[in-house]
Amino acid sequence: MNIERAALAPPLKIQQPRTTNHGSRTTISEDALLGEGILKGMAETAKNFFLSYVSKERLTTVEYPEQRIPTVEAARVFPFLVYDGVDWEAGLRCVACQICEKECPPKCIYIDKSKDKKPDYVGKQQFYPTRFDIDISVCMSCQICVEVCPFEAIKMDTEFELATDDRFGGLLYDRKQLARSNEYYHSIHPTEASEVDARLGEEKAKVEAKARAAAEAAAAKAAAPPAPPAGGGS
Amino acid sequence: MSPTETKTEKIDGWNRPPVIAPDGEGELLEVAMGPHHPSTHGVFRMDLALDGERVVRLKPVFGYLHRNHEKIAEQASYLASMPYTDRLDYICSLTNNWAYALAVEKLVAQQVPERAEYIRVILGELTRIQNHASSIGFLIQEMGASGTPLMYAFKEREKILDLFESLTGSRMMCNYMRFGGCRVDVSAAWLDATRKVVAGLPQFVDEFETLLSSNEILMARCQGVGILKPDLAVNAGVTGPMLRASGVDYDIRKVDRYGIYDRFKFRVPLGDHGDVYDRYMVRILEMRESIRIVEQALKEIPGGPIMDPKAKIRGFRPKPGEAYGRIEAPKGELGFYLISDGGPNPYRYRVRPPSLINLTVLEDMCLGSNVADVVLIFGSVDIVLGEVDR
Repeated sequence: MNIERAALAPPLKIQQPRTTNHGSRTTISEDALLGEGILKGMAETAKNFFLSYVSKERLTTVEYPEQRIPTVEAARVFPFLVYDGVDWEAGLRCVACQICEKECPPKCIYIDKSKDKKPDYVGKQQFYPTRFDIDISVCMSCQICVEVCPFEAIKMDTEFELATDDRFGGLLYDRKQLARSNEYYHSIHPTEASEVDARLGEEKAKVEAKARAAAEAAAAKAAAPPAPPAGGGS
Repeated sequence: MSPTETKTEKIDGWNRPPVIAPDGEGELLEVAMGPHHPSTHGVFRMDLALDGERVVRLKPVFGYLHRNHEKIAEQASYLASMPYTDRLDYICSLTNNWAYALAVEKLVAQQVPERAEYIRVILGELTRIQNHASSIGFLIQEMGASGTPLMYAFKEREKILDLFESLTGSRMMCNYMRFGGCRVDVSAAWLDATRKVVAGLPQFVDEFETLLSSNEILMARCQGVGILKPDLAVNAGVTGPMLRASGVDYDIRKVDRYGIYDRFKFRVPLGDHGDVYDRYMVRILEMRESIRIVEQALKEIPGGPIMDPKAKIRGFRPKPGEAYGRIEAPKGELGFYLISDGGPNPYRYRVRPPSLINLTVLEDMCLGSNVADVVLIFGSVDIVLGEVDR
């Protein structure tokens, strides 16, 4: 057999395991009792069956609606929008930059940018979405919107029992349905949310320090110069 | 059906010439097996021509699950194709991620940090174990043992999927690897949980083998059935456990040594007969080797970053060029071929799926066997239609 491709492989020093032992393998033997292998397998099954009463390891199923396995922290289902404070509309972190809309692989996010601006969490004037719809019948839970969002505004929910009898409107979530409070975010992804809060707090502190410094400088400027103009103006 | 009854040019109202049996006596019975046949792992049709119970001709028909993956990828950004690769071979999404990440990393000459490479190996080998376990489960299911072996396999697969879920957030659609590393870091708790699961795996393989390997029905049904000769396997481009079951020593982990596979000690199991039983045994042995690799990787995993700091996520525009990245996926050689024209999306994106190419030898393996064996041979190829049709 002339196989050039196999020649690419460097010579192997170790003995490869074979499915057969020197050309002969386990076959149905004429001497042994026919069905011995089957009985051996059945003994294995019986062992599992009876031990499942004793060991929890062997009992792997749960009865779903009554018994629930808690979702893991990293679980992701569909995205939601985070808002700070009490009012969902005022506190939305989203600034309608439309990066997620552009990066979304199945293109299931629809955003309309506002004409006016409102202050964000650091007090900076930003646009906000007048429409933010996610078609969750198209969404494939890939988390790319979360990864590309520079404002920590969109995160993944863990709620999975979302069945509805309305195929169209019921599965197109608008921004009110998508809005969830930061507390809710903390309750489903505690570690991740704390990291995000720390990062945002740091940024806010930096902006505030900068603003304070600027204000102080302005105040100092405002306080110091009045003398010369007062003198010169008269 | 006696020859006198079937001397008509029309078969069931279809205006087509009758197929004459090779011995010139009587006609063949044409049967369309699928696309809803439960043994076809999805939507796949085999047009069989039967002489009695014997298969004389087999025509595979696929494309029922075609969803334009390659064309969509050519219009989306490089990153946006990553979650779509999960849906190719949905049983083992992490190896698909890996192959695609490897192709893009080749395209932009991106380095991957040490820790990320180890994580990739651990996840890739766990994927191999769970794929082989479930594929054997399905094979036995198709043989008629409905339930028990499949549930044994799924019990173990569940543990591995739980690990995937706690790390990546999803059980099957992991979307975990990125160009230049991985998305999130593994925690010490996750590594401990993995060690615990891996420690239980050899016992599972032993149990599985006790249950099946010496079973007389399995041996009677599988040995000598669906033989694939090594020269045909090589000429047809068959890869993966199917090729190795035919006795050809070809494993891309050994040939390319992509990632850090040159650091691990493992062997490549080979078969001698190339029949269904050998394919089953090769998978069992490969699971054992994969367990060894994961154990070594878990022992040696270093600290450090999981993502190259120079890697770009937004505004990713590779220089014009082309690259082909391939890995040894559980089903065979999985390759991604990319051509970049400098834009944000690939100019050409091509997937070389192992399932599709392994399926091309189906007719050669099935000719002359019984209809019941066709189901078994088809099961032993181990395909996922998501990857065949793309």
